[in-house]
Amino acid sequence: MDRIPILTMGRILLVTIQVDMHDQLAMTLQDDLTERIVKDKARGVLIDISALDIVDSFIGRMISNTAAMARVLDAKTVVVGMQPSVAITLVELGLRLDGVRTALNVERGMELLDMGVSFRHH
Amino acid sequence: MTIFSTHDSVDSVAVIPMLTGEDVVRLRQKLRQHVQDIRLSLVEQTKFVTAASELARNTLDYGGGGEVSIELLKEDARQGIRLTFSDKGPGIPDIQLALSDGYTSGGGMGLGLGGAKRLSDEFHIDTGADRGTTVTITKWKAF
Repeated sequence: MDRIPILTMGRILLVTIQVDMHDQLAMTLQDDLTERIVKDKARGVLIDISALDIVDSFIGRMISNTAAMARVLDAKTVVVGMQPSVAITLVELGLRLDGVRTALNVERGMELLDMGVSFRHH
Repeated sequence: MTIFSTHDSVDSVAVIPMLTGEDVVRLRQKLRQHVQDIRLSLVEQTKFVTAASELARNTLDYGGGGEVSIELLKEDARQGIRLTFSDKGPGIPDIQLALSDGYTSGGGMGLGLGGAKRLSDEFHIDTGADRGTTVTITKWKAF
């Protein structure tokens, strides 16, 4: 697999990472997401990492960078489904995922994005 | 294979070349099998595989590629798994600096070495301009 599929739900881009990504695949996803935010006029990005057994500093940086680029393009990023063992490891590793909103599951992540998006409108 | 005594043993189970990004993924997957075999807890598995991923990327990005060996260790009351990352790169001029969080000579976040040390039970590094870098990490599991 040389690309992670990106789905669209209204103004939200949805990505479910289901493979152990090598670095190039992670970089491609970061670029694809940034392009799609503009192309699809997306207001939110939801990244589901529930299938990921580990998040190392490279994947963490990809997620942080994606959130930063999305923010510049006026879109919000929420990462959902992080496994507890991954969360414990991330903290010990020293990775802070700055600027990234997290939610326990897709449903709550969608709620966060909806709130964020409608908040901007009113 | 080296036998230290009748109880202690070191069993080399794999040597994985570290030349591309796919090799890092291969190491993570292979290692996951072994840490499950010695029944590390899920959290300890995750920590050790993450540490390995960080060090493998160092070998690749800063060492110009190299290899990783996986060894299973047995002692009287515990078993463990040891990884040795070796490259023939330029070496690390200042280890203390390289071990501190936030330091990076490349494009990373500078968490690799220090993070891998925190995520392992034992950590050892040998480096020099004349001999490249060898990093060894070990995780133990009491029987």
